[in-house]
Amino acid sequence: MTSPLVNLPLFHIGPAPITEPVLVTWAIMAALVLVGVLVSRRLTLVPSATQAAIELVVDAVDGAIRDTMRAEPAPYRAMIGTLFVFIFVANWSSLIPGVAPPTAHIETDAALALIVFLAVIWFGVRASGVRGYLSTFASPNPIMIPLNFVESLTRTFSLLVRLFGNVMSGVFVVGVVLSLAGLFVPIPLMALELLTGAVQAYIFAVLAMVFIAGAIGEGRPASDASEERTPP
Amino acid sequence: MNWLAIASIVSAALAVSFGAIGPALAEGRAVAAAMDAIARQPEAANTISRTLFVGLAMIETMAIYCLVIALLLLFANPLLK
Repeated sequence: MTSPLVNLPLFHIGPAPITEPVLVTWAIMAALVLVGVLVSRRLTLVPSATQAAIELVVDAVDGAIRDTMRAEPAPYRAMIGTLFVFIFVANWSSLIPGVAPPTAHIETDAALALIVFLAVIWFGVRASGVRGYLSTFASPNPIMIPLNFVESLTRTFSLLVRLFGNVMSGVFVVGVVLSLAGLFVPIPLMALELLTGAVQAYIFAVLAMVFIAGAIGEGRPASDASEERTPP
Repeated sequence: MNWLAIASIVSAALAVSFGAIGPALAEGRAVAAAMDAIARQPEAANTISRTLFVGLAMIETMAIYCLVIALLLLFANPLLK
């Protein structure tokens, strides 16, 4: 049985080896860009069926950002939405026979977690300046500075390990059952894997939102959050 | 097969099995508490279930850490090289 931690290069472009997850990632990126361009080329006020479907996705992302971050979704929509849609499509790409999801390899997840790590710093600096962002590490008091630094690293690491572990374990279990039992036995497990993939994409996006909200929200007064959450 | 390999396999199995106990109990308690809260206050179901999902992901990470340790022992063991 092959290890889930190693990647064999398929071919080389110059000195850089290209592995299968990279190829699948490129294919997913190309497909998403193509869909985005094709759908957004002719936007009308009365939407067609495809436009309505895309608007539903954008609206759901906006609603999640508004609920989780208590902020206007416009600055975060592109990044959070792209993260969610990419991870979702990547997790479900195992539906195509012969394709292993790129998120089942630790390098893809490391890249995604690194994006979140840098985005937290970027949005934090943009919201309250370099000085203001660095001072959030010293809250509630300066004794917490090393702990807060370690926390910002470990939560990135746990983001990466969570996505990797969930997707990879699903692929692994399907492979083990397939080699033990036969062709059609792992189908229920694959259905479970689709559910896990969707939930993990959602959780990755929500945690990215929570981290960014933590970085931008600590300089802001907390009173405005409670007013918009009045029960209906 | 030497003793180091046998010990690695046994400890990988132990890591997964014992690492699953704690998160399983914790997730059970978390879901039970969330069900209780939704039953008392059905209009807050959206907020509760969203927070529940995030919390479950956090708890589940502990089990995933154990799984990763087991995989490292089985496939990337530095002692067996």
